[in-house]
Amino acid sequence: MTLHGSSRRTLLLGLGGGALASVLATPALAQRAWEPTRPVQFIVPAGTGGGADQMARVIQGIVAKHGLMKQPMVVVNKAGGAGAEGFLEAKGARGNPHMVVITLSNLFTTPLATGVPFTWQDLTPVAMLALDEFILWVNAESPWKTVADFTVAARTERLKLGGTGSKQEDQIIGVALAKAMGGNLTYVPFRGGGEVSVQLVGKHIDATVNNPIEAVTHWRSGALRPLCVFDSQRLAGTEKMTETAAWSDIPTARESGLDVEYLMLRGIFMAPGVKPEQVAFYEGLMARVRETPEWRELMQQGAFNTTSMTGEAFRAWLTKEESRHRTLMQEAGFLA
Amino acid sequence: MIRPSAGPSNRAVEIGTALAFTAAGGAALWDSLRLGIGWGTDGPQSGTFPFWIGLALVAASTGTLVQAARTRGELGIFASWPQLRLVASVLVPNILYVAAIPFAGIYVASAVMVAWFMRRLGGFGWARSVLAGIATAVATFVIFEIWFLVALPKGPLETALGY
Amino acid sequence: MEELGLLMQGFAVALEPQNMLLMLVGVVLGVLIGVLPGLGGANGIAILLPLTFAMPPVSAIIMLSCIYWGALFGGAITSILFNIPGEPWSVATTFDGYPMAQQGRAAEALTAAFTSSFVGAFVAIVMITFVAPVIAGFALRFGPPEFFAVMFLSFASFVGMSRGPALKTLMAMMLGFLLAAVGMDTVTGQLRMTFGSTEMIRGFDFLVAVIGLFGISEILCSIEDGLRFKGQRAKIDLKVVLRVWKTLPRHWFLAARSALIGCWMGITPAGATPASFMSYGVARRMAKDPSSFGKGRIEGVIAPETAAHAAGTSALLPMLTLGVPGSPTAAVLLGGLIMWGLQPGPMLFVEQKEFVWGLIASMYLGNIAGLIVVLVAVPWFAAILRVPFSIIAALILVVCAIGAFTVSNAEFDITLMLVFGVVGYVLKKLDYPLAPLVLALVLGDRTEEAFRQSLLISQGSLGVFFSNWLVSTIMALGIALLLWPALSWARGLLAGGVLRRPRPA
Repeated sequence: MTLHGSSRRTLLLGLGGGALASVLATPALAQRAWEPTRPVQFIVPAGTGGGADQMARVIQGIVAKHGLMKQPMVVVNKAGGAGAEGFLEAKGARGNPHMVVITLSNLFTTPLATGVPFTWQDLTPVAMLALDEFILWVNAESPWKTVADFTVAARTERLKLGGTGSKQEDQIIGVALAKAMGGNLTYVPFRGGGEVSVQLVGKHIDATVNNPIEAVTHWRSGALRPLCVFDSQRLAGTEKMTETAAWSDIPTARESGLDVEYLMLRGIFMAPGVKPEQVAFYEGLMARVRETPEWRELMQQGAFNTTSMTGEAFRAWLTKEESRHRTLMQEAGFLA
Repeated sequence: MIRPSAGPSNRAVEIGTALAFTAAGGAALWDSLRLGIGWGTDGPQSGTFPFWIGLALVAASTGTLVQAARTRGELGIFASWPQLRLVASVLVPNILYVAAIPFAGIYVASAVMVAWFMRRLGGFGWARSVLAGIATAVATFVIFEIWFLVALPKGPLETALGY
Repeated sequence: MEELGLLMQGFAVALEPQNMLLMLVGVVLGVLIGVLPGLGGANGIAILLPLTFAMPPVSAIIMLSCIYWGALFGGAITSILFNIPGEPWSVATTFDGYPMAQQGRAAEALTAAFTSSFVGAFVAIVMITFVAPVIAGFALRFGPPEFFAVMFLSFASFVGMSRGPALKTLMAMMLGFLLAAVGMDTVTGQLRMTFGSTEMIRGFDFLVAVIGLFGISEILCSIEDGLRFKGQRAKIDLKVVLRVWKTLPRHWFLAARSALIGCWMGITPAGATPASFMSYGVARRMAKDPSSFGKGRIEGVIAPETAAHAAGTSALLPMLTLGVPGSPTAAVLLGGLIMWGLQPGPMLFVEQKEFVWGLIASMYLGNIAGLIVVLVAVPWFAAILRVPFSIIAALILVVCAIGAFTVSNAEFDITLMLVFGVVGYVLKKLDYPLAPLVLALVLGDRTEEAFRQSLLISQGSLGVFFSNWLVSTIMALGIALLLWPALSWARGLLAGGVLRRPRPA
């Protein structure tokens, strides 16, 4: 069994010439200034099976399937210290163009909560791929049909809210939610979104604020019920996901009388000190990834907010988000 | 020639190890107190568990320490000097190997270590030893770097070759 | 009945010559991944990904699941030959497997390990095939208190069987717990015992510690007796497989019990590692002469291997039905599913019936293919021990360094591995037992986490661990196991016997 690099590469190219890939890849194959010369490490600062990990693996699959890049992409999970491990690695790889990082909110929350020295400015922003939504889920067998029911319950008893990690997005939303309802929520941290969903299905906790993709399969099987989405507008998907409801049928938190809004960044970053043409290559790569049918399917299945940005607009957004997280975390008492 | 039965006494090593354990437990206690060992806003504080573990560790190590200190001489030796010299013949090159990895890269360091072991410990000829060393480096390079796409630490040689 | 038809269809597809070939490739690749510490499922995916798009999804998943089987089988090889467990659930296999290799019985141990892996996995697949829907719901009953209870039971079945002096056992275990606690506290998000070092944020990875404590220290220990490995003069030929097989049916009860423990631990999401420890612990307790364990008993290989693989396989069930991967290796398959746009979860069995049954069919065949491949290779694996010490020792040190590095791409971990190696050498010579240390290191943080999650849910009341029949039963069982030594001691006292505690020198 000796499968050398060359033969594999030929195979990849051969695939790239395949029917699907040629349609997508040809227009963009026009002269490119820079291309990776080695396998590209795709760092996921979170564990396997979570939202960021799933997205990274879909991108890896799309890139390989459509032959968007001659070099292979290798997904590496570096979840240690709430993602600090992955971010520090990228920060330390100054000038290395063969490394990209997918980020989630821990880009902002981890340095604020732990004091580990890094910020988004230590990395090179490439592109915002999408924004991930948050939904308030309860068990379908619970008596709470609306946010109002849930609020009443939270005011009279202490409800248990499960979420991923500690002092990260889920807990921040939990604190904001409890404040807006004037009720009590005990936050119970777990390791990943999938685990949290299962705990809710098994009624060990009362509610979660999972991302749509982490809970969609349990919603469709009739085990979970969505109460509201923490966005300024309703979700886009109008296709029926269950027998009766589509993503767009879920009311927003504001419609339900709660002033809580939170969206999570799914973006791509590179190590600091990389050259502009290298950044441009990955910008182009991600733009082509977003045009594939597989990506659209992921966006639809996970009800993502498909806003995307690059360059200055992205930087401005990051600056604003960072200060918003600082405020949110200060209010919650999560600063290190 | 040193008598084969001579060597560091078990008692000394026992005491040293117990002291090291106590120190580890002490460090845990110190850090736990910084984190808090009571009941915080979100359940038991971070230090609670390490605190009790650290306490148990310190207690148990102290017990072992006292036991070892009380025993006089009957514990024998830890290992004889010739034995320790054999251990060092493996350990010292390995320490140098690990120390060289950040500078020379893992492939060059591995080649040198394999060749050294074969020549010094195995009594193979220089030619065969060096060849085996190079073969090891090339094989690992092909398996990890090219085949499994795992980037291992590399040094100036690999950079010069364009990797 | 529809299911059985689909399963047969799956078999038909898997038995096509092209797919058989893919199976072989997958198994061989998987064994390689399993043998080299540090290589994991992600690496397998990386090489196979471009290939899999050129073939039908069923062929692709057959190949991926064969990698999975190969890796499961491969983990036992280094445990037995060099005392280096490549995966957490192979640790318990070293306890008796390595002594067997030292006595020149490496081929016997390998055959027993592979065969029991096969039996364990096979029982689990049969269970998945026939009772999947019933059992899948059972996993939902497991919240934090139940999870803690299972962990407690694992510790309880293992504690008290250590051969070391009591104080030293306690010290080793506490050190394991402390090492497990280093890094981020998942419950409060604070950094513990990192003392300001960014290298420590990761915490101590089990694999790095074990490569040092078991692998490196073993080389240092064995070199004291001269520059060679024990067990070199092993008789090796294919007949050894048949000879060992003749003796295996004798252990059917042990295998059945271990498979049961494994299946149960796999479905309750505790996983393969506690299953292997628990099974080993129970086997030792139930044996007539427990003190002979750890010195090369074949039962000490059969028990953990059967349980680990029954657990590893049945853990695929919660992954498929609930979307939670049971082990890092199971993440290989999860990654494959996602790549083909299949969302694991309760809807998978409803919407992708053909795919699911094709996968299950490939489990049967992959497991059989894996067994054949590794059994044929037994003589070669065992022959590795004949390579001169100077070569093999250097190669082991190189592989260990690579393994430690690849765990999280950190050069610091190579240094750490070496430190653990020296520590392991000293501790071993001073009669400190290493098994409790490793057990605490592997299970420590999950146990603490589950304990604190439970207390959060109950507002600090310990009653939560006895709040329903399930958790109460498991806790009661654990407490009984903990008290077992005391009980048998009391019984001995009542019988008027003089208290004698045999202690090996």
